[in-house]
Amino acid sequence: MTKSKTRTIKVGALARVEGEGALYVRIRGQEVTDVQFQIYEPPRFFEALLQGRMFAEAPDITARICGICPIAYMMGASHAMEDALRIEVTGVLRDLRRLIYCGEWIESHVLHAAMLHAPDFLGMQDAFEIARGHPDVVTKALSLKKLGNEILEAVGGRAVHPVNLKVGGFYKAPSRTAIRALVEPLKEAVDSALYLTRAFAAFDFPDYNYDYQFVSMRHPDEYAIHEGRIISSHGLDIPPSAFLEHFREEHVKHSTALQGMTTDGERYLVGPLARYSNNFDQLSDLAKEAARDAGLGPVCTNPFQSIVVRMVEVLYACQEALRLAEAYEEPDASCVEVVAGAGEGHGCTEAPRGICYHTYRLDDDGRILGATIIPPTSQNQRQIENDVLGVVQANMDMADSDLQWRCEQTIRNYDPCISCSTHFLNLTVDRA
Amino acid sequence: MPEPRKAKLAVWKFASCDGCQLSLLDCEDELLELAGAVEIAHFLEASRATVRGPYDLSLVEGSITNSHDAERIQKIRRQSKSLVTIGACATAGGIQALRNFAKVDDFIATVYAHPTYIEALAKSTPIHDHVRVDFELRGCPIDRRQLLEVLGAFLNGRRPNIPAYSECFECKRRGTVCVMVARGTPCLGPVTQAGCGNLCPPHQRGCYGCFGPMETPNTASLSGWFGSAGADQAKIRDLYRSFNAAAAPFRRESERHD
Ligand code: SF4
Repeated sequence: MTKSKTRTIKVGALARVEGEGALYVRIRGQEVTDVQFQIYEPPRFFEALLQGRMFAEAPDITARICGICPIAYMMGASHAMEDALRIEVTGVLRDLRRLIYCGEWIESHVLHAAMLHAPDFLGMQDAFEIARGHPDVVTKALSLKKLGNEILEAVGGRAVHPVNLKVGGFYKAPSRTAIRALVEPLKEAVDSALYLTRAFAAFDFPDYNYDYQFVSMRHPDEYAIHEGRIISSHGLDIPPSAFLEHFREEHVKHSTALQGMTTDGERYLVGPLARYSNNFDQLSDLAKEAARDAGLGPVCTNPFQSIVVRMVEVLYACQEALRLAEAYEEPDASCVEVVAGAGEGHGCTEAPRGICYHTYRLDDDGRILGATIIPPTSQNQRQIENDVLGVVQANMDMADSDLQWRCEQTIRNYDPCISCSTHFLNLTVDRA
Repeated sequence: MPEPRKAKLAVWKFASCDGCQLSLLDCEDELLELAGAVEIAHFLEASRATVRGPYDLSLVEGSITNSHDAERIQKIRRQSKSLVTIGACATAGGIQALRNFAKVDDFIATVYAHPTYIEALAKSTPIHDHVRVDFELRGCPIDRRQLLEVLGAFLNGRRPNIPAYSECFECKRRGTVCVMVARGTPCLGPVTQAGCGNLCPPHQRGCYGCFGPMETPNTASLSGWFGSAGADQAKIRDLYRSFNAAAAPFRRESERHD
């Protein structure tokens, strides 16, 4: 390859991600001069359309930001409203929230790991191709995903955009029978999760490591899912209400998703890798052991191994859901009473793809005056671009089509949810 | 003998949350069989492999919100023998059609620091405003059993068997206690098309209309009931103004309470 030669690699639209976006990489000689993770899915203006709506409508409206992780939005919005109206949801209702969130982790993680990400490691186009050669893997994955959805249905009434969640708790407490019916399938699910963890651990992982700034939640008593403080591997430890003092968003031309960064302008990473590395000590013994057997240390810095980390989290979520389902007794009341009023509140939870922050201001009637929602993929955008840069630089000698695929895979390491962050994925590698 | 040619299925996304196409991947028990029965020619959420058109059946999720997408849907229509819209975004403009009741520039300025980077049409519009649609499958999200019925029907050249009666009728059929009568909870069931599987009233909440208006709904009479049960104008307006806000009967009724 001579220095003056121009090489351009283009992919019309990146597949196996939620939503639509593009990547543009420019290489001059042996140097990468530009990387843009372009998000141009048409914006839907959620923060604007929430203005003037009642506080109680926020969970159902924000659920529609993303069909894959509606619980993250419903719960973030609920927590923020509960914070604004000074109520607390505890006991069985809190457990039910954790249970349904486990369902979402299982459904979303298995969809991504087995159906969207695994094909990359096998050089295959999709999971249907995997099913022809390894039907076991795909059938086990489908049954696990289905169980995740069944948890959502049992607690929430519907898998996509559940109807039973509200500020203060639930419209109706699920029956003991409905929740106990999950117990036996969850026992089997633990085995399936172990099986898939082992299967994916056997993949060849591209050799790429990065010293990430991991940002996740942390809870004193449990592996954080729906509650906790926000911490980082660089020593940050703040309540969700301080989020905007430490992180900000910037609007860049090539993205309809605002890009997140620390107030000092540093990029950071949220999601399974961050949670795992910050909170490894709080995983179950079985999950820790499965991680070790899969070749992971207590901190994981190779983003390609995120597929294994996701399965370790699925294993944990199955065990946790099992524990909660076995202990479930119907509560006296399905929700805490909420009185509309003025206030400002913050909520943050661990969506499958990482922390998702909400804040709202309410007027005296409980109508929304202002809303800010910061989804995980917006926060990861800068880190995604940086990983692509690193991966391209380390693989300059690859043929264009292979390098393009590797770039796509690098983006898929993040399970980017472009619908959440707003948005269209096109991939162009321009070599000058 | 050569195998009969498999039908080519394509799935397209416009402004949406992906929840309706996810409902296809959520057919866990039928997915592999379906993938064997048809040629999945374009389904970016699931596969990197794409096959050129024409397509026998295109499923379209999402609404039209910018000029680029307004052109793209024309191209897709030309390449599709049958085109079925899936979900409230595609059939009615979705929750993002709340912008139709405001000034879109204000919306852009609320969310983005550099409004000039953003290109958006003033309205979020359903697919049938732009091209001919062969069937509209309602819901936010669609119901996966109904989706399987529609797929089966189109692949076998018959009309889908999707009921057009109201959610209220569905409660009666299933013996669900009426939340309006028993608790005075406002419920859109009497004016909303059935199809969700009867979800909200059994959970002791009013139907929130995610399947959109039924044929010739009597919204005025229902709003009268809401009013006498104590709901103020803003509350009545907001009930109609959600995921199907731009569907004509709901739009008109919400505007009566503005
Ligand atoms: S109709 Fe509802 S579930 Fe379907 S894509 Fe639109 S917002 Fe999502």
